[in-house]
Amino acid sequence: MPIELYRIDDRLIHGQVVVGWGQPLDVGFIVLVDDEVAASDWEQELYRMGVPPHMDVHFDTVESAAARLRDYDADVRTGVLLTGDIDTMQRLADAVGGLRRVNLGGLHHRAGRRQRLRYVFLAPEEEASLRALAARGTEITAQDVPAAAPVSLDDVLQSKGDVL
Amino acid sequence: MSSGVRAVVAGHGGFAAGLVSAVDQITGRGAELATMSNRDLGGAAIEERLREHVESGVRVIFTDLPAGSVTIAARRIMRDHPELSLVTGANVAALLEFVMADAGDDAAAGRAAEKGRQALASHRVTGVARAD
Repeated sequence: MPIELYRIDDRLIHGQVVVGWGQPLDVGFIVLVDDEVAASDWEQELYRMGVPPHMDVHFDTVESAAARLRDYDADVRTGVLLTGDIDTMQRLADAVGGLRRVNLGGLHHRAGRRQRLRYVFLAPEEEASLRALAARGTEITAQDVPAAAPVSLDDVLQSKGDVL
Repeated sequence: MSSGVRAVVAGHGGFAAGLVSAVDQITGRGAELATMSNRDLGGAAIEERLREHVESGVRVIFTDLPAGSVTIAARRIMRDHPELSLVTGANVAALLEFVMADAGDDAAAGRAAEKGRQALASHRVTGVARAD
């Protein structure tokens, strides 16, 4: 089945992903797309450590993820694909000719970013990247956990971070 | 370390504050445990705050989930600080054992993990018909 969730989350693998999404979706594997992590055995071990034994973790660069995406989509288990930033997801979308849906799961405060939601802070260039992705047909919503209501990209970009 | 803080308890939401509040109510020794929440923090910020505790002299870290972002950050810090002890899946019983233990922090952390495991149990009353 096609990968169920394409998620941008700067914590990559963590509790919300493994438990919050992992259990209700019955996730069987995670594809972690990050060029630095893909080049580091130590980082991979770090992220693999806390994942339950029944859940596989694949570590990919953008290039290798794009090459393997068809195989991942053919897996009978439910899959989640993670990137730690918008740029990586955008490069993946470019490499595979577009993505249907992308979830903003957690982009936290750092210099140059403005708060949009409790868990989404965006720099102007990141907002432009998301608009470009949406203009190509990708449905983008923010939703940290399944129990929360998804927030459309338009609402995210109009939010001042004081309500949602 | 001048504050008397021996360990940091860190995790999701109000996990740490709740546990330490319970420890303080039971023993009056809650001040030996610093607390930290990962709420609304990115990975880098979590690591930075946890590192501040380590650099102030804390040698033991208690976290909630083995796959949680705080645990990931703690494991990353342990690469530079192999003297650290990390206990995941912490609960009140584990923390009580730690603060009451008459042992060094490292040994106390090991005993705390064991005590925490022992405290986790499922109970049912036998011989009573269940409504379902």
